[in-house]
Amino acid sequence: MGLTNRAVGRGAFDIGPKILKEKESDRVIALAGNPNVGKSSVFNTLTGMNQHTGNWPGKTVATAQGRCISDKNGYVFVDLPGTYSLLAHSAEEEVARDFLCSGVPDAVVVVCDATCLTRNMNLVLQTLEISKRTVICVNLLDEAKRKRIHIDLDLLSKRLGVPVVGCVAHEKRSVQQILTALDRSFESEEQHPYQVRYPEENEMSEEQRVAALYKAAEEICDGVVKSERALRDDRDRRIDRILTGRLWGYPMMLLLLALVFWISIYGANYPSALLSDGFEWIYQKLLALFYALKIPDALRSALLDGVYRVLSWVVAVMLPPMAIFFPLFTLLEDVGYLPRVAYNLDRPFQKCNACGKQALTMCMGFGCNAAGVVGCRIIDSPRERMLAILTNAFVPCNGRFPTLITLITLFFVGAVGGFFSSVLSAFLLLLLIVLAVGMTFGVTRLLSATLLRGTPSAFTLELPPYRRPRILHILVTSVRERTLFVLLRAIAVAAPAGLLIWLLANLTLGGESLLSHAADFLDPFARLMGLDGVILIAFVLAFPANEILLPIILMAYLSAGSLVEVGELGTLKSLLLENGWTPITAICTAVFCLFHFPCSTTLLTVRRETASWRWTAFAAILPTLVGVLCCMAINAVYRLLF
Amino acid sequence: MKQQIKHLCDLRPGERGVVDYIHISGDMRRRLLDIGLVENTEVICIGESPGRDPSAYLIRGAVIAIRKKDAKSVFLKAVL
Repeated sequence: MGLTNRAVGRGAFDIGPKILKEKESDRVIALAGNPNVGKSSVFNTLTGMNQHTGNWPGKTVATAQGRCISDKNGYVFVDLPGTYSLLAHSAEEEVARDFLCSGVPDAVVVVCDATCLTRNMNLVLQTLEISKRTVICVNLLDEAKRKRIHIDLDLLSKRLGVPVVGCVAHEKRSVQQILTALDRSFESEEQHPYQVRYPEENEMSEEQRVAALYKAAEEICDGVVKSERALRDDRDRRIDRILTGRLWGYPMMLLLLALVFWISIYGANYPSALLSDGFEWIYQKLLALFYALKIPDALRSALLDGVYRVLSWVVAVMLPPMAIFFPLFTLLEDVGYLPRVAYNLDRPFQKCNACGKQALTMCMGFGCNAAGVVGCRIIDSPRERMLAILTNAFVPCNGRFPTLITLITLFFVGAVGGFFSSVLSAFLLLLLIVLAVGMTFGVTRLLSATLLRGTPSAFTLELPPYRRPRILHILVTSVRERTLFVLLRAIAVAAPAGLLIWLLANLTLGGESLLSHAADFLDPFARLMGLDGVILIAFVLAFPANEILLPIILMAYLSAGSLVEVGELGTLKSLLLENGWTPITAICTAVFCLFHFPCSTTLLTVRRETASWRWTAFAAILPTLVGVLCCMAINAVYRLLF
Repeated sequence: MKQQIKHLCDLRPGERGVVDYIHISGDMRRRLLDIGLVENTEVICIGESPGRDPSAYLIRGAVIAIRKKDAKSVFLKAVL
């Protein structure tokens, strides 16, 4: 879900990966398996890399690779997207099949879910048909144990004719066994695996093939899997009755979302205040230092009021809610709640002629729109994938939440902090999100009736068992993936942007700064939208990263007037009021923040996923148009009424 | 009940059935085969989503949501 290097950067590649061997003798091992069996976890434990893992099918949309060494060999593991079979038909399943059939891997490790081994056998048997060397890894043994399912690994190995390893994905020791098994299999003779006996007909229909595979799977698992069925899944069913029930399904969804928002807002207050005090203290020290060193005024102002102010703003105000929101959201993902959201929301998406999995990619969008766009690969039909890609930016990403929270807090809640005001903030934020989701439905419906006409395609959605979240793992990865990432991005983007905006505000042309020229130029149009020229400019300048929208607005206002201490929200509000902000300005800014062109990273990702600049342009224009129209409508109604 | 249940979509939560054959072609057929809906497979309907559609089915140990219009193409031999 997170925007990480892995999700959108160098690490993410498509079909035909280049294998990065460190030594010529390295062996290439493909990691295959059904969706959501913990392949990515096995991969992470093996290679120590941090492939983002979560509890829903289709997590790995691009292949990833990592190297590790055993006592005897070096192995390059390639983590493939999950597939149910090799008669693949969706884009991601194709990636897996093509790689397995390419002859590149020296061996295949098939990861299976111990809690539904029979179904996993389908892929195992098909892999045995094409792979030279195979090792079966029966994962999630801990979960199977809880569900009182016992698996006879030795018998399974004997029947399949290949090594079988039992494992609990995040335990290093059990994953180590995979390496041992691989070492041993490379030392021994060729494998003679079990082969499925197909009916002796020349033209075999797909159904006969699948039926034969399942029959074989049942024969193999008979006696291998012993379960006390009655106890199975009972707990999951009870939870599902509440979380996806007719009465409670939707209210619980809103409640959970509101709770996540509330914790983010309430929890962020304290670290935010602490950080901004700290930054203010450093600012004073730096100021003194700059004076002492007799650094020229212009340079001092550029560095301190430009770069430093923007940077410290992003860190102090934007980072804490993000740092709290992200792990909470990952928690819901890890538990297995996201597929339930897709299940609950499928009906409305169906009405929009779209795929129910769009709810999943929409949820990913809350984390990061770029990651959401990449995630759209889990949707098979090109038409429905395009719908999901184009509408992904309609839900606010992690980078936009803090802006919304700040606007709400300043203009509609009043005093900062306190239990009641944070509840009110969370509620108002929830309203905005409901608006965003509603707009997603509306635009999807509109597109599927006009540009992207068609009927819904094949859709099945697996609802994985609820899993106990790995809290520590979530915390560690979200600090590493998200918090550090935002910090680095703040330095990489916010600092130069701070400098640029300072230059714009301080370089003059005919007695007026460049910024005010630009702002004056946009002002009449911006006024129609209930904004002002500066706000609109800020949206344009925040194109590389939405996090820096508010700091840019502040910088612009500050450079025009006298310097005010910006550490606290109270002084911030008075600054905005001085510059003519009203509650309606705040509403319009929030709405435009929801619906405007996605950030540059997201657009580049759209370009990569659609392979078309036209669709990319459309992905930018569409939300902007919606935003402009919404703001104009809000402003017009307000003017009419008051 | 007078009307005989024939399709997967007719299963009410809690009811179980045995698959006969799939009457559909193309992508959806492959999808349904992939998840193991072949002859003699036992299926239990375990719930409906809040919007009444899709429903969730327990198929070979996995819970899978299928839309009504797709579930209509799966014919059942028997309802247990």
